Amino acid sequence: MCRPWLVSGSARQQPAPLIRSLCESMIKRFADWLVFEKLGLVPETHWGRAVDFFVYDIIKILLLLAVIVYVVAVIRSYFPPERARKILGGKREFAGNILASLLGIVTPFCSCSACPLFIGFVESGIPLGVSMSFLVSSPTVNEVAMVMLWGLFGWRIAVLYVVTGVAIAILAGWILGRLHLENQIEEYVLKLRVGDLPKVKPPAWSERHRDAVDYTKGILRRVGPFVVLGIAIGAVVHGYVPTSLVVRAAGPGNPFAVPIAVLIGLPLYSNAAGTIPIVQALIEKGLPLGTALALMMSIVAISIPEMIILRRVVKWRLLYIFAGIVAVAIVLIGYLFNAVLS
Amino acid sequence: MRIQVLGTGCAKCKQLMANAEQAVRKMGLDVQVEKVSEIAEIMKFGVMMTPAIAIDGEVKSAGKVLSPQEIMGLVSP
Repeated sequence: MCRPWLVSGSARQQPAPLIRSLCESMIKRFADWLVFEKLGLVPETHWGRAVDFFVYDIIKILLLLAVIVYVVAVIRSYFPPERARKILGGKREFAGNILASLLGIVTPFCSCSACPLFIGFVESGIPLGVSMSFLVSSPTVNEVAMVMLWGLFGWRIAVLYVVTGVAIAILAGWILGRLHLENQIEEYVLKLRVGDLPKVKPPAWSERHRDAVDYTKGILRRVGPFVVLGIAIGAVVHGYVPTSLVVRAAGPGNPFAVPIAVLIGLPLYSNAAGTIPIVQALIEKGLPLGTALALMMSIVAISIPEMIILRRVVKWRLLYIFAGIVAVAIVLIGYLFNAVLS
Repeated sequence: MRIQVLGTGCAKCKQLMANAEQAVRKMGLDVQVEKVSEIAEIMKFGVMMTPAIAIDGEVKSAGKVLSPQEIMGLVSP
């Protein structure tokens, strides 16, 4: 009997809470109806079962995505950058790094806001390293990526991803803080007086809800194709790319696989969701999980466009050192996971 | 009346700019929508999330791309 091609097949053996199995069986029934009755495929064939599983998984992940993105968007509406700035205001280094990394996850962040945000933090007296922790965790720990990892590989991998993202943010920011590179901040930034934002009324619940819905719709529109693509690529790669190729090049036998993966990822940039199809396909073909996560994080955590934007407020030297620290941290994490998970 | 769109030049800021111009056109106002992209200038408004829009020097919204309808609502309360 053929088994579903996705790695998450093994994750399905975990005992699931009642609501979850109820939802899953409802989705499964719908998928079965669609594939076997509407489309007329035969359940006993390899192809029939594969398409059935494909449809089931796509629906499941898209639903999960919609729910979680919405919830995170609502949470985010309670954490505007002004609030992060206030919370981080008086904190010292290490505690500040931890808080900043956590706040980076719940504070909405888009690359173009990197400069105003950074300046706002510096002007509040928040240490440089703490601000950098924030700037790492924001793009790296991404709820869309977390959902996709959860759906494709199980909740353990998803939690691992979040924990490592935060750990790297804390570590990189803290080390950078110890290096005392404040002289790398452009002088004009230190002289800036940030105006006082007039007290904007906190949004009413209906506005939060509406904004969250708009945001979720936007994400589904942008990311939906990647989800489908990812699962499809998984299927294609499973069928056609010889396992030996990936395992030989980057599998457990190659001790340099992790640094190479990180080096490849550094100049590349994609939002977290976009990396998942590629990463999933590679894992399917034998790439060790630690190496895959390292590749994914290095693509997402360091973005050349964002560096160029940040150049307006800090000098290149700081950016290089920062990228270097983050890269090394990711490499270490990659090795750690490969060791722990095998 | 003075309408300023604050942003460093990413797609969202351009979108807000376009929406603001559309709102102004629809209302038939004789107002030029200004783009503020100098970081130092943006910070004077106390804004930490771009894109943002200010009317007569007062920030009305930050971090969101408002639709032309929403902008029209801000201009004529």
